Amino acid sequence: MSISGEDPLERAGKIDFGGIHKEVSLAYVPEAMVGDYVIVHVGFALSRVDEDEAKKVFEYLKQMEDLSELKEAGA
Amino acid sequence: MKFLDEYRDGELAQQFAREIHRVTTKPWTLMEICGGQTHAIVKFGIDELLPEEITLIHGPGCPVCVTPLEMIDKALEIATRPDVIFTSFGDMLRVPGSATDLLSVKAAGGDVRIVYSPLDAVKLAEQNQAKEIVFFGVGFETTAPATALAVYQAAQKRLRNFSMLISHVLVPPAMEALLLSPNCRVQGFLAAGHVCAVMGFEEYFPLAKKYRVPIIVTGFEPLDILQGVLMTVQQLESGRAEVENQYSRAVRREGNQPAQELLKKVFKVVPRKWRGVGEIPKSGLGLKDEFAAFDAEKKFGVVENRVEESADCRSGLVLQGQIKPHECPAFGVKCTPEHPLGATMVSSEGACAAYYRYRRLPDLIAAK
Repeated sequence: MSISGEDPLERAGKIDFGGIHKEVSLAYVPEAMVGDYVIVHVGFALSRVDEDEAKKVFEYLKQMEDLSELKEAGA
Repeated sequence: MKFLDEYRDGELAQQFAREIHRVTTKPWTLMEICGGQTHAIVKFGIDELLPEEITLIHGPGCPVCVTPLEMIDKALEIATRPDVIFTSFGDMLRVPGSATDLLSVKAAGGDVRIVYSPLDAVKLAEQNQAKEIVFFGVGFETTAPATALAVYQAAQKRLRNFSMLISHVLVPPAMEALLLSPNCRVQGFLAAGHVCAVMGFEEYFPLAKKYRVPIIVTGFEPLDILQGVLMTVQQLESGRAEVENQYSRAVRREGNQPAQELLKKVFKVVPRKWRGVGEIPKSGLGLKDEFAAFDAEKKFGVVENRVEESADCRSGLVLQGQIKPHECPAFGVKCTPEHPLGATMVSSEGACAAYYRYRRLPDLIAAK
């Protein structure tokens, strides 16, 4: 939601956890920008969520579904 | 919430379950490493969606559970001192030491405080210069970067009243110890996604190769876990033993470089005793010599006493995946979350607590 701090190790961000707002350390995600989703553990962002990678599981499921429909049609 | 709710979709979960049923032809035993995954599996009933050939056994990835009894006793000794404000994650407060627990020390007048982040403990030290602030640094590679930054900040701020009781543990050496055990039943691992978010997954390649075991970096939501199981079973069924990344939205192969750099700056690898398992070589992190001034064990001169676990508690076997929680005679009878005998019944990541909370107790007790 917002980012503060100049020193990379002091960098902190206000994060929206589904309505609850908390300040967490961004020391380990220098690439994180306002609007990004991050994985947070004990007050530290550990990883920025990659939105393209996040879609993969749904694409995989869709492919699986198409494949099984194809098989049914073939049978 | 985005990146959460969509990974809990029941229809899509069923689709994964059907695919797992379709590809499974033989019995396979998989271990999920992380206690967070165990809780998701039991809470959402993921194990009940799987074919009966697939057994999920629960791994040692509960930091509170594996913190050795001797370390809890040291925490209790330090927390009792009148000059100390003892800070800890909330989970540790009810973990039984050999005689008492931190919550009882607090009730008896000890200044024990729950903090959300280790950096809160550093702030407390700045605000309370007349007191000694001690933080109980437990956890895996996921938590260690937070502890490392707290120590690093305290050093930069030249805080003399801040120290840490460190009991950090590392996942890959514990996996190897499990694989070396003659009772090992594990044929495939779901590796802990958040540990890998920090460390990456290159350390797993030699393990997968040497022990011929598939290792799938897996997330924590139901669809993550089901996909992790599917990927493991696909490998097992086709005779492969590789490292794959299911949790690619959060985990990169090389992990989190800034976090690893600070870990290297502050910590060194040390042998560590795991509660219920025993000492595992090179399985822990301890403070480097240049940060020794922040080592609470040295600062307060606490000595290690050999202590015995409760004879009724089988948490060691639970942590090694050799029995399920309800197979312990004390489960739900002598041992409950209100009166825990072992840490696995206390922690929000403990397997016994998960079974107690989410499974119907009469069924479990009848199944004994």
